[in-house]
Parts: sequence; C-alpha cells; structure tokens
Amino acid sequence: MKKWLDPLATAWSGIITHKLRSFLTILGIVIGVSAVISLMSIGKGAQADILARIGTLGSNLVTITPGAPSFDGIRGAAGGMRTLTQEDAAAIEEQVQGLDLVAPIYSSSLQVVVGSENMNSQVTGVPPDYQQIQNINLDRGSFFSEYEYQRGAKVAVLGSEVAATLFGEADPISQQMRMGNNIVRVIGVMESKGGGFGSPDNSILVPLTAMQQMVAQPRTSKGERVVSSIALTISEGSDLDTVLADVTALLRTRHRLGPNVDDDFRITSMQEIAETVTAATGTMTLLLGAIAAISLLVGGIGVMNIMLVSVLERTREIGIRKALGAREHDIWIQFLIEAAFLTLAGGLIGVAGGWVVAFFVGNTGIVSTVVSPDIVILSVSVSVGIGLFFGFYPAWNASRLNPIEALRSD
Amino acid sequence: MIKLENITKVYPMGKRELKVLRGVTLNIVKGELVAIMGPSGSGKSTMLNLLGCLDKPTSGSYVLEGREVSRLGSGELAGIRSCKIGFVFQTFNLLPRLSALANVELGLRYAGGVDRKRAVEALNRVGLSDRINHRPTELSGGEMQRVAIARALVKNPPLILADEPTGNLDSRSGAEIISILKSLHSEQDVTLVMITHDAGIARHCQRIIHIKDGQVEREERV
Repeated sequence: MKKWLDPLATAWSGIITHKLRSFLTILGIVIGVSAVISLMSIGKGAQADILARIGTLGSNLVTITPGAPSFDGIRGAAGGMRTLTQEDAAAIEEQVQGLDLVAPIYSSSLQVVVGSENMNSQVTGVPPDYQQIQNINLDRGSFFSEYEYQRGAKVAVLGSEVAATLFGEADPISQQMRMGNNIVRVIGVMESKGGGFGSPDNSILVPLTAMQQMVAQPRTSKGERVVSSIALTISEGSDLDTVLADVTALLRTRHRLGPNVDDDFRITSMQEIAETVTAATGTMTLLLGAIAAISLLVGGIGVMNIMLVSVLERTREIGIRKALGAREHDIWIQFLIEAAFLTLAGGLIGVAGGWVVAFFVGNTGIVSTVVSPDIVILSVSVSVGIGLFFGFYPAWNASRLNPIEALRSD
Repeated sequence: MIKLENITKVYPMGKRELKVLRGVTLNIVKGELVAIMGPSGSGKSTMLNLLGCLDKPTSGSYVLEGREVSRLGSGELAGIRSCKIGFVFQTFNLLPRLSALANVELGLRYAGGVDRKRAVEALNRVGLSDRINHRPTELSGGEMQRVAIARALVKNPPLILADEPTGNLDSRSGAEIISILKSLHSEQDVTLVMITHDAGIARHCQRIIHIKDGQVEREERV
C-alpha cells in the first residue's frame, strides 16, 4: 500500500467501525446542506418564474402613467391627476427616435352583461398596435383591425377569465354583450397569460375610438383628451436610457413644467422591473440560504462535539498508536481527515437530499426549482471546510495526549 | 545497547514530590534476555516506560544504541519508538475492532508504512496463520498476546519490552508465550527486557534485576 494512503485508510476504518455514531455526526451536516440546496433552488426557481412571466408581457415594454400631483410640496396620490393625453402620445410617436409603437390607453370600470351573467370589468380602450406591444396571442377569433379602429366599431377582445365568467363553456365569438348602454360584439378571446403580475386575463379590450363613444373621456383645460396611460415599445438596438430621457424631456416641455418642478408622470420599463425583481428575489434567495447556513453551522458544532467524545472514547487507541511510534501530527491528521471525510459524506448525502426535496417541490407545480451547480459545489466544499474547522480542536486534543496516561485509561 | 546512569524520576504530588526512581544505573548488552522483578510500587513500570521512550527521566542519562535519548523531544522519541522498540503489554492493547492482521499491520503503520506480506509472516511466526481475519474478541487470551507479539516484532526492532506479558494468562498460555518470546530471542538478535512477578518465568531469563524503592537492589545471573 502506498504510504500516503495509510492515513486515509486509518481514518476510513475509524468511520466504518463506528457506523451509527458516524451517521449521527453527519446528520446535522446532511440536514444543513439539504436545507441550503433546496431553499436556494426554490429561490432561484421563483426568480426564473417571475422573469419568465415578465418576458411574456414584453421585455422592451415601457409604460407611462400619470404621476402624483404636487402642490406647494404636498404630494397627492400617484395617478391621481389627469396629466397624460392622447396628444402627448401622438407627440411622442412623432418626435422621439428609437420607438417601435406608441399606444394611448384609456380604461374604465364598466358593468358588462351577457344574458343573466353580469360582472364589473376593467374595459380598456386601445389602438390595434396594442396587440403587438403586449405580445397578445389569441385563443380564438381575432384582434380588431385598423379599419375597425378607424370607424369606432363596437367590438371587444376578452381576457380568458372574463370569457369563462360571462360565457362559461359556450363559444363567445360573435356573441353580443351589453356594456353600459352599448351593445358590443365579441370578436376574440386572448390566451391566458397566467394569473398574478399584471395579468390581462381579467380585462376586456375595445378600440380606443369605440371607448370614447361609450364613456365620456375627460379633457384637460387645454382641451386635450385624457388617457389612463401610454404604452410604448423600444425598438431593437436603441438605448433605453436615451429614449426614456427624450420622452421625459418632451413630456416636461408639453406639460410646461419648470426646472424645479417634479415630473407629473411616471415611466416604468419592464427591463427595470425585471432588474428590480432579480435584485429582490436574489436577496430573498440569499436570505433563505443564510438561514439554512445557520443549520450547517449548528451541524458543524455537532461534529466538534462528537469528535471530542470520540477522542475521549478512543484515548486508549491513541495511547496504543503512540506507543507504536505515532507522532503528534500522525494522530492529528488521522482525526482531522476523519472529520473531513465525515462532513464530505454529509455534504454529498445532503446534496442528494436537497435535490430530492427540490424535485418534489418543483413537481407540486406551486413554484419551480433550479438546482445550480455552483451552489452544490459551494455547499460540499463548505461542509468539508466545516469538518476541518470543527475537527481541528478535537484532533489537536487527541495529538497532545500523554501516551502513558492514554494507555492506562479504559 | 542500553546504558542507564543515575536515572531519577520524580512526580510532583501537590506540594511534595514522589521519588519513583532514585538513581538507577544499569547496563544491558545487545541480545540479552533480562527480567526485572520487584514488588508493586517499586518503580519497575516507570523504568520500563523510560526504557521504552514513552517518558523522560527527571535527571540522569539514557544511552540507547549509542545515542543519548534522555533529553529528546516527544517527536524524536516517537521516531525511536516507531523503529527501535516493540512493546508487549499485560493487557495486550489490541484495537478491538480491527482483525488480527490489521492489528499487526498497525505495528508497521508508523515505521515506514503498512506491508501486508510482512504482517502475515509475523503472524505465521507466532503460529496464528489460521486466525488472520479474527478479531481480538474472537481470540483467547494467549492468542491475543501472540497477536501483540507479532505486532511488536513485525518491524524487526532491536529492543522488545514486555510488561508482565503473562500476567493476564493462565499458566499454560503463559508458558506458550514465554517459549515464543524465548525462541524469538534466540533466533533473532533481539534484546528482550521483561517485567514479571513470576519467579518461575524470570528463571527463563539470562539475568534478573531486582528493583526495590526505586533502586536496583541486586542482580543475579541465571
């Protein structure tokens, strides 16, 4: 046998001859590593879920909403002022470079009635471009055309939830429904985008021109038509920050805001939201990992505890080894390798355990899980490090034993 | 081989001191078979610990194979134990969870590395070739002591120290152990120092050293 293998073989036999104790020693590490792996994978999975959902809403999407009005430094509620107009949207489309599409949006809550079913729904008036801006796919039927928009046709595209509520199993296409005092024909149903964040499943889309006939659209003091928001898409290859700066400058000029006055509108880009979400979920994931790491630390203290007991229990063995000529570092290395072996095994079992937990959590469909290799490598090396760190003192204790006293002990 | 000169060993006992050895002077030549006898508390175990480099004398000089070892550090002493000295204990001191073979291999573990062939040969020499894979709990007292002897001789040390090797054995096994030790001594050029209570066993040796109150009381040639 090669000489450098001897300490490994010695440590290994120390482990397998005390199977139950070895198992109990590493249990803390197993649980700690499993917790780290599974919690981190859930965190990463949740992040991936949210980013994917944002991606379906259009990652180059920018939304402008009315901002909080501020009078003498007293700020009102966000969106509480009617500052954005259809004319603003037209000006942006005409004057700002680097935009693909610009859509003024006006929405209002309306009572919608079909036969005996009725519901209060958010009805949104949009131009036909809106389909492209929001990546809207239709489950059936079609979106309204430029022609229908121009003549203010009273047609509607329903969110999947709305369609299910109003029509149940029946096909809603070409059916009529009453919206306020108007009769509107259903021409399309949107594909479900999944619930939660900004889901369009609960909305009804109609041409903005039709919307203006159905509800009285307010006007500003200058006579411009107020809108709820303006959606735009940034064209491929243009710089988000430059475009947003141009839009801000244009709106400030149009709204005649002095240099010391805050913006009376808010610009939100999906890219920013994605970055914010990434940062927030990243922090959450780290926090989960940190909590799990505490159990790893506790596991490490358990290793030290058992190693100290093990040294006590094997005092005679240490005495025999010393009588046979073992030097202090021989004993020290033997116990240190034993501790590192144990925690390495604990780490590997923990990775397997965490993987299984992540797999089952992912299978429930509540949240996806992503086990990333860097976390696996990190937690296994951290467990070995814990073995070396917490095994250091017991091993040193063992190496310092007096051989005569050690031989005399029971 | 061994030269002790005016060796003392003093243990602090609270405020007083316990003088276990009070000036022991002794010569043992290479290849000698020596018995050390004495009542309990006479200091013979302490002397064996000193001879075996497990402990250091408080004062005096110990020359082992021409080298002064009484002032060496624990690492160097361990080095001497690993290649020059084989121990045989009264209580065998085998590792209970290892097989006979693994226990013998342990004798080489700190003396240059494990060598299975040599370990098997050593077990053959003590007549245990059919018990290689038995654990100590599956062996009789005499067999355990034979494993311990194999462990001591496997590295071919010039000095073997035996601390009452037959003390825990019945008279028949004891006689077997003594004959093995004697044949080892006569076949190899090994120096053997043995502590014993049993005057009958001491008769097998070439010289008997009587210790009393930490001093050499008298020596007799057999």
